[in-house]
Amino acid sequence: MASPTDCLYTDSHEWFRKEGDVVTIGITQFATNELTDITYVEMKPAGTAIKVGDALGEVESVKTSSDVYSAFGGEVVEVNEAASSDPSLLNQDPYGAGWLIKLRCDGDAGTDLLEPSAYDSKYPLD
Amino acid sequence: MSTTTLRKTPFHKYHIQHGAKLVDYTGWEMPLLYSSIIDEHRQVRERGGLFDVSHMGRFTFKGKDAARFLDRVCTRRIGSMQERQVRYALVCNERGGCRDDVLVYRHGESDFSMVCNAANRDKLIEHFAANKGDMVYRFADITDKTAMVALQGPNVMDVLSGFSREIPTLKRYRFTEKSLFIAKFMVSRTGYTGEDGVEVILPAAMAGKAVEMILKNMDEGAITPCGLGSRDSLRLEAGMALYGHEIDEDIDPLTAGLDFAVALDKGEKDGEEGGFIGQDALREIASGDGPARRLVGLRLSGRRAARQGMNVLDGESTIGSVTSGCLSPTLDASIAMALVDRAATDIGRKLTVDLGRATDEAEVVELPFYKSS
Repeated sequence: MASPTDCLYTDSHEWFRKEGDVVTIGITQFATNELTDITYVEMKPAGTAIKVGDALGEVESVKTSSDVYSAFGGEVVEVNEAASSDPSLLNQDPYGAGWLIKLRCDGDAGTDLLEPSAYDSKYPLD
Repeated sequence: MSTTTLRKTPFHKYHIQHGAKLVDYTGWEMPLLYSSIIDEHRQVRERGGLFDVSHMGRFTFKGKDAARFLDRVCTRRIGSMQERQVRYALVCNERGGCRDDVLVYRHGESDFSMVCNAANRDKLIEHFAANKGDMVYRFADITDKTAMVALQGPNVMDVLSGFSREIPTLKRYRFTEKSLFIAKFMVSRTGYTGEDGVEVILPAAMAGKAVEMILKNMDEGAITPCGLGSRDSLRLEAGMALYGHEIDEDIDPLTAGLDFAVALDKGEKDGEEGGFIGQDALREIASGDGPARRLVGLRLSGRRAARQGMNVLDGESTIGSVTSGCLSPTLDASIAMALVDRAATDIGRKLTVDLGRATDEAEVVELPFYKSS
């Protein structure tokens, strides 16, 4: 299954969907497959200033804990409370209802973002 | 995928057909999950699960000194076992630390088998050979010739009653042997999930066929395949030790709360010929106030999981560390087992777990966390 074509991706398995100056961020299906059942989500609150490469928060699964990193700079404008209260949304719908956080971008972006086709060929799903 | 050759169980094809996510577990390619660890956990608590546990080591001991030898290497009394009884025991080192935890099955007067952890199989074979001395028995490693499955959950005995009248009448920690065509099956009322159920040892070549037969007349979904991920969270809720976590070469069974499985007075009863390896050290540990650390259950206030090695604090001072932890699907709470100073083990005591990025309050609670009704 191909990753959504309206997103950019990182090697640390985040996806970024930019609409105007707001970017919505989540983790990819490859990531949720590797993590297995997500049990806990904690994102930085609205108003937090984020630089490229900063941790946006963390995601815990049955197996492990991992940080979620931002490839964009800006300010947190919204956190998906539904995903915090029901982390299984990340497993069920990682690119939709399981989004994590939204930033208002300040124009900074990482240089190693991957196009969907490049991400999929590098990290194929089983 | 790595290219190292992982060992495959006789159910490997079955796992692939059922969409398992396969992982390297102590050198074996084993199913971590088929759909979801949490869903599979609930399936076992509410209905029934089938686990491939063929990676576990299986040995036989036959001959006139078999019982005497097993009494030498196991912490539990073996010579007093009845036929068709199963006993959980530890195999200890001279210091009282655990080489492994095992199940011993008595088939006859001088006829036993044993199931051990996959990771400790080679180590135990060496240990047994080194301690055989002049005792007369034949040892065989039957792991590769056999397969092993665990059927666990409230539906299991119902489903098996359509297959055998005897199996549902087995008492806990008893087993029976069944023949199907020319193949011998061993069915024990044992498990590692805290639910009722059985574990079955059968010829490797029969594995696929047997599971098909057992499950063929079952209601849809009554028993479904479950992976090692849920097996771990199930045993943790049931307060059961996992080798490498609650017990290891440096953690003795008394510290781990496994007193029931240690016969400290072995060799003192009439007719007993001696003690077991590690007994003197364990008696020393048991003397006075007992072990300096003890295994406790912890219930954390938040929803983050505690992981092995995280520090446990009483006020400002570190008093122990977590051995296992998870977000319990049944209790919907973060639970952990930890080894802590004896002085801080009273039920209800408030401790702190250092989760790395944060700390969380934890209350000492009774083990097990979960008991089946």
